[in-house]
Amino acid sequence: MTRFVLRRLAVSSLILLVGSLLMFVLTINSGDPLEDLRESTASNRDQLMQSRITNMGLDQPWYVRYFTWLSGAAGCLIGKCDLGTDRAGSDVTALLAQAAGSTLRLVTIATFAAIIVGVIIGIITAIRQYSGFDYVVTFISFLFFSLPVFWAAVLLKEFGAIRFNDWIADPQISLLQAIVTGLVLAVILSSIMGGDWKRRLLTGAITGVFVVAALMYFTAVGWWRNPALGVGLVALVSLGFAVGLVALITGLGNRRVLYSTLTTVGVGIVVYFAVAPLLDEPNWLLLAGLFVSSLVIGLLIGRLWGGYSKGTAMALSAVTATFMAAMTFLDHLVYAWAGFLQLKPRPISTIGSQTPNFPGDFWETTLDWGTQLLLPTALLTLVSVASYQRYTRASMLETLNQDYVRTARSKGLGERTVIVKHAFRNALIPITTIVAFNFAGLISGAVITETVFGWKGMGELFKSGLNNVDPAPVMAFFLVTAIAAIVMNMIADIAYAFLDPRIRR
Amino acid sequence: MSDPRPEDQQPGTPAATSVEPALEEKSYSQGQLVRRRFFHHKGAIIAVVILALITLVAFTSIGFGPIPGWWGKSFSTTGAVLDGGRPTISWTGLGEHPFGQDTTGRDYFALVMRGTQISLTIAFIVGIVSTIIGTIIGAIAGYFRGWVETLLMRMTDLFIIIPLLVLAAVLGQIASGGGIVVLALVLALVTWTSLARLVRGEVLSLREREFVSAARAIGTGPWRIIFRHILPNTVGVIIVSTTFAIASAILLETALSYLGFGVQAPDVSLGSLISQYQTAFTTRPWLFWFPGIFILAIALCVNFIGDGLRDAFDPRQKKDGA
Repeated sequence: MTRFVLRRLAVSSLILLVGSLLMFVLTINSGDPLEDLRESTASNRDQLMQSRITNMGLDQPWYVRYFTWLSGAAGCLIGKCDLGTDRAGSDVTALLAQAAGSTLRLVTIATFAAIIVGVIIGIITAIRQYSGFDYVVTFISFLFFSLPVFWAAVLLKEFGAIRFNDWIADPQISLLQAIVTGLVLAVILSSIMGGDWKRRLLTGAITGVFVVAALMYFTAVGWWRNPALGVGLVALVSLGFAVGLVALITGLGNRRVLYSTLTTVGVGIVVYFAVAPLLDEPNWLLLAGLFVSSLVIGLLIGRLWGGYSKGTAMALSAVTATFMAAMTFLDHLVYAWAGFLQLKPRPISTIGSQTPNFPGDFWETTLDWGTQLLLPTALLTLVSVASYQRYTRASMLETLNQDYVRTARSKGLGERTVIVKHAFRNALIPITTIVAFNFAGLISGAVITETVFGWKGMGELFKSGLNNVDPAPVMAFFLVTAIAAIVMNMIADIAYAFLDPRIRR
Repeated sequence: MSDPRPEDQQPGTPAATSVEPALEEKSYSQGQLVRRRFFHHKGAIIAVVILALITLVAFTSIGFGPIPGWWGKSFSTTGAVLDGGRPTISWTGLGEHPFGQDTTGRDYFALVMRGTQISLTIAFIVGIVSTIIGTIIGAIAGYFRGWVETLLMRMTDLFIIIPLLVLAAVLGQIASGGGIVVLALVLALVTWTSLARLVRGEVLSLREREFVSAARAIGTGPWRIIFRHILPNTVGVIIVSTTFAIASAILLETALSYLGFGVQAPDVSLGSLISQYQTAFTTRPWLFWFPGIFILAIALCVNFIGDGLRDAFDPRQKKDGA
């Protein structure tokens, strides 16, 4: 495995080198870096041109310029990064440090959200092939496939942000709106659950009534402006998550795993109260520490309870612990919403990656980040969910038609075991390969998204750099996206080896 | 599953079928089968009709090149802005300016039609040229193996680390002076790799088949084997992939034009129209809606056609194959 990773690493760095040369040569030949000065009417025009020529090294041949850049960039390996200066003379390394964070945050969150949602919907549509749900989802994913990102972004700004902000100022849901929402959700859920018409009707009715009641209740108590989860809801949702997870992965018959995750939920509730004072004004380091310790606790509980199936128990307990940590975090975040609305009456932003000079405490600042991040992330996720859904569906259908799946069914295994253990794991293999490809594509999507939403991210760096025929920012963009893509590729390769023992060499 | 029996013929109902099935069952050639399956895909057929309509209207309305069209207004003539430039289209008729006017009084219907023409032209050139390049390189790499294959695979690796849009933007900036055909050719130069990989995979398995060995045994040259024996067997993969390449080319071109690295003024494409008028959404929403809907409609149609073609060529995943 180590040899495998090392070999991939060597090949990747070689490709990185060739790619950087290609990008550099193309960029410096993409136009005239002095164009704006040639058309300028300033009296000291020639002097300006001369100084830019010396600053950017335009009088040197291309290979000298490339090697100057390369030797500076190679310094990153020993901790002395020098990615050159842009046309205006500012240090690109500093510019990049600002830009890379916001872009990678955006793309990574969108990637993971898209994978999770896309794969789940893909599996459901494969299981319910040729149902109404399948046709509707297929149509919708074609729609998102064909959607120009920038066009969708403007629509999202209008309907996701501006209209929502108008609504949150005085959140009212009329009975009619609640009933329509309930009906839509009822139809969706009952077509997912399937079964005969009696069961569908029952699922639909329960969902519809529940949704309408919940919406009316939330509106009546003013939940939208003053939301709270509380320990009860956290416990309930976590319990449901733990039981659902066990039922899905191992089946409830495996008592050791079930008890292990249930213990994790119990310990999680105790921890919820124990860490409450710490979380009043935390910082990211503390949160990371708490997160790691919750993982360790989960693993430990799984190890103690696990017995013969300690591997599964540890994994599922760790997942449950992660979920509980996330729920606790969310709980505190939700508490801060009311105060946040006081500070920022129009919460969902359409421009920028954070509100300048935002005064709030830790939780409010985090909410501010989140609301700034919401629309671009949602957009990128929507656009890439479609391709994951299509791939998962095709790949699932392919494996569900295999002989070993028929064998598994004929020897009497339950539908859950067949789908989760026999079909899904094998269907995942081709999906992992497209993750790497998609990640690179998503970064291009991010260039457009950042332009639409006015983020000062890497897209801006690239766009203005290319407009000015200025290689340093373009190369900085290239370096980060390329390395990110290589890392994602590597993760996909390792996942591949994990899923498919045949290629482990 | 791949039973070639037509759907209207119920199995076993007429007595004749059970007596002499060989006479009753009409046999179909591969091409006929594919056509039948395609025509049974309702979404694809609707998409073909809509796409044909859009293409027809776009090219005949304002004319193409020297040929005049039936729409009286030109996309470049400015004029007085009537009624704030609001669209006059309604259920009763088109009116003077069906899609409204832009801020300088240009007829927006003519502009959108012009943008559609350019976007379609670019997309089709990209689709066809990248298919030709991809097929040839993929076939050579799969058949001859060796350094061509290594080169191809390394190039694909390169495309994993350089996002396609970024490469296309840099090349688009270089080609921006040359007009839309140059832009299309440049885009084709960066989009052929995925098809090349697909074709290579197909060729790799086909070259081991008996009919290729037989052809080789009677002394057929490698080029004749590739073009007469192998490639006709990959035509399904190629056609399907071309369709999807056209769909993504439309989106790539509009994205580039939106960023300012694609079609340059005074020419317009659907992407550059949106880019130009995106801030007008609150005041003049029609300037934003119409080009976007046309992009969406074209890309959606092409994607549906591609889906129908894939089902037609590869019916393995369909329950009712024939």
